[in-house]
Amino acid sequence: MAEPAQHAHPEHGDAHGHDHAHDHHDPGFVQKYLWSTDHKMIAMQYMFTGMAMALIGGYFAYCFRMNLAYPGMTIPFYGQMNASEYNALVTNHGTIMIFWVAMPVLIAAFGNYLIPLMIGCDDMVFPRINRLSYQIFLLSAIVLVASFFVENGGFAGAWTAYPPLSAKSQYNNTPLGAPMWVIAVALEFIAFLLGGINFVTTAMNSRAPGMKMFDIPIVVWMIVIASILFMASVGPLIAGAVMLCFDQTIHTGFFDPDKGGDPVLWQHLFWFFGHPEVYVVLLPAIGIVADVITVFSRKKLFAYKTVLFTTFATGLLSFFVWAHHQFISGVDPRMANVFTVTTVLISVPIAEMIFVYIATLYGGSITLTTPMLWALSFLFSFIIGGVTGIFLGASGADVYFHDTYFVLAHFHYTFVPIAILAVFCGVTYWYPKMFGRMMNETLGKIHFWGTFIPFNGIFIPLFMLGLAGQHRRIWSYENFPELARPEMYELRHFATVSLVIMLLFQFVFIFNFFWSLVKGKPAGGNPWQANTLEWTTDETPPGHGNWKDLPTCYRGPYEYSVPGREQDYWPQNQPS
Amino acid sequence: MKPIATTRSATGIPTGRLAVWWVIASEIVIFGGLLASYVMHRIGHPEFGDYAANTATWIGATNTFVLLTSSLSAVLAHQAAEKGDGPTAFKYLWGTFFGGLCFVVIKSYEWTMEISHGFVITTNAFWSFYYTAAGLHACHVIGGMAIMAIISNDVKNNRELQRVELIGNYWHFVDIVWIFLFPLLYIAK
Repeated sequence: MAEPAQHAHPEHGDAHGHDHAHDHHDPGFVQKYLWSTDHKMIAMQYMFTGMAMALIGGYFAYCFRMNLAYPGMTIPFYGQMNASEYNALVTNHGTIMIFWVAMPVLIAAFGNYLIPLMIGCDDMVFPRINRLSYQIFLLSAIVLVASFFVENGGFAGAWTAYPPLSAKSQYNNTPLGAPMWVIAVALEFIAFLLGGINFVTTAMNSRAPGMKMFDIPIVVWMIVIASILFMASVGPLIAGAVMLCFDQTIHTGFFDPDKGGDPVLWQHLFWFFGHPEVYVVLLPAIGIVADVITVFSRKKLFAYKTVLFTTFATGLLSFFVWAHHQFISGVDPRMANVFTVTTVLISVPIAEMIFVYIATLYGGSITLTTPMLWALSFLFSFIIGGVTGIFLGASGADVYFHDTYFVLAHFHYTFVPIAILAVFCGVTYWYPKMFGRMMNETLGKIHFWGTFIPFNGIFIPLFMLGLAGQHRRIWSYENFPELARPEMYELRHFATVSLVIMLLFQFVFIFNFFWSLVKGKPAGGNPWQANTLEWTTDETPPGHGNWKDLPTCYRGPYEYSVPGREQDYWPQNQPS
Repeated sequence: MKPIATTRSATGIPTGRLAVWWVIASEIVIFGGLLASYVMHRIGHPEFGDYAANTATWIGATNTFVLLTSSLSAVLAHQAAEKGDGPTAFKYLWGTFFGGLCFVVIKSYEWTMEISHGFVITTNAFWSFYYTAAGLHACHVIGGMAIMAIISNDVKNNRELQRVELIGNYWHFVDIVWIFLFPLLYIAK
C-alpha cells in the first residue's frame, strides 16, 4: 500500500472548493430523492426498498404459515389458498428475503451509507454507477412484484429453482411467472455486481489520508470481502440464469436429459453461488455486530487481525462446501466425504469469530442499549444456527434430515439473525447519524423482545417437527396421516401464532422509526461516543460531501478505554 | 463536479483501472461457469464431437484473426493515448470498432448458414451451449464497440485519455474469451 499521508494538504484545499461549489444549487425533489448520486441517498433508497420488500416477504410467510397450521381455513387478509398459490408464496418468500431484503439492506444500504463515511471521503468513486445500480435493483424488484399479477401468478418452483420443476411450465404451472423470476434475479445480480465493484474500489483507493489497512473498521472490511465473494461466486449462476431462462422460454436443452443436458448441473451452478452467498450476507451482519459490541462494551475489539484473517479463510473455504446441499442428489459418496470435511471445517473460523466477540465482551463496561441487545441476540441465535448446521454438513446425518423442517429451522436460525437481528442492530445504531435524532429506547426494547422471543417460538417447534420427519414443500399435511397427528398440529399452531406475534411487533418498530424522525431527541454528532469517522461529520445527518474538510486518520477504530486518557474513546481523526 | 473520492489513489493504482480489473474478474467467473459447464458436458457426451463437426471451422478461424487484429488496433490506440495524441487514438479506436463490426457481420452470416441447415439452439445441448456461449460473447463484443463509440469523441479532443487503456483492457479480455471459445466449440471434435 502506498502511504497516502502526503496527499493530505492539497486535498483539503480541494474539499473547500468543492463544498462551496455545491452551496449554490438547490436540487429539486426528483434530483434529490430519485435521481441522486449521493451515497447516503442511494443507501436510503436501498434501505426503504428493502424494508418494503421485507413487508411483502413477511406477509407471504404469514399466509403460508396460516395455511399449514389451519388447513382449509379462510385466512384473514388473504382468503382461501390452493396448492399452486402456496408454492408461489414459499418460493417468493425465500427469494425476496434473501435477494430483496438481506442483500439490499445489509450490503447495499449499509455499504453505501457506511463505506464513504467510515473511510473518510465524500462519496463513492463511481457515483453514477452507484445510481445505476439502484435503478437496476429497483427494476428487478418491480419485475418480481409484477410476476405475481401475470396469468397463473408468480413462480412456483421453489427458491432454489431446481430443474425440471423450474424449467418446464407443465410442472411448475407458472409459464410467465418462472421466466420473470429468473429475469428479476439476474437483474438483481447485475445491480449488486455494479455496486460491489464500486464498494471494493472505493475502499481500496479512497481512504482518508493515514488510514492504513488495519485501521479500517471491521464492518467496512466485511462488506468489501462480501462484495468480492459475491463477484467471485455469482458468475456461474448468471450463466445458469441465462441457461434456465432459455430452457423455460425457447426450450433449449441445458437441463433436459432428453436433449443431452443435465438437471444436476443447475444444482452445481446454484450452490456454487448459494453457499458463498450465505457468507455474503453473514459477513456484513457480523461486521455490524463487531462495531456495536465494541462501542457498547467500551473495549478494543479482541484480536482485530484474527477476525480479518478468519474472514479470509471463511471466504476461501466457502467456495468448497457447496455440494453439501446435494448429498442426496446422486453425487459420488466419495465426493460427499470431501464436502463433509470442508463443511465441518468452515465452522471453525466462524466459531472463532464468535469467541472473539465473547472475548471482547468479557470485562467490558457493557451498556444494554437497543442496538447492543440486537447484537447479543445475534450471537446467541447464530450459535444455534451454526451448531445445527453440523448435523446437516455430515453426509450421514443429512440423508435423514435432508428436505425436512430441521433444515428449514437451521437456516432460519442463521438468516433471521443475519437479515433481521443484525439489520435492526445496524439501523438502531446508525439511525442517529442517518436522521439526526435518537430512536425511543423503550419502544426499541419492546420491539426487541417482541421480535426475539417469538422468533425462537417459531423455529424451535420447527426443529422438533423436522426431527419428527415433517417434509418441506408440502402445502397441506392433511393428506399425510403420519404428519397430521394432533401433537404435530399443536407445534404448527405454536409456530404460526409466534409468527403472527412477531409480525405484529414490527409495527412498534415502524411507529418508532417514523415517530422518532419528528419527535426523537436530537442526537448530536456522536451520541454513542464512538471512534469511527462517520461520527465526526460537521453536521448530523451529514450534508453533501460529508465533511467541510475531509478527515485524516490517526489510529485504528477500536481504541476504547485506553489507559491514561480522560475519555474512554479516542476518535480516529483526533491527532495524538 | 467529481467527488474527491474519485481523485484519491491509496493503492497507487488509478481508480478506473482498478474497477476495470474487477469487472474483468467478475466476467471471468461468468464465462468460467458457462465454459466449465460445457466442458463437463463435453466429457460426459462423446457425441458432442459429432455435432461440433458441423461447425464452420474456417469461419471461426477467420473471426479469430479479425478479433486479434482489432486488438492490435486497440494497443496502437493505447500507445497514442499514452503520448497524449488523442486524434490518432481516436482513429485506432474506430479501427478496433471496425474489427468488432466485421466479427459480428461474419458471425451473423455463419449463424444464418447454420440455422438454415437446421442446427438451431433447441436442437440439443451442444447447440444450446454453442449459441449461448458465442451469443454471450458477441454481446460483449457489441458492448465494447458501443463503449468505444461513446468515448471516442472525448478522446479525439484529448479528454479522458485514460479511457483508451481501460476499454483496451476490456477488449483484450473479450478477445481472450474467444480464444477459449474457438477451440472448445469448433476444433475439439
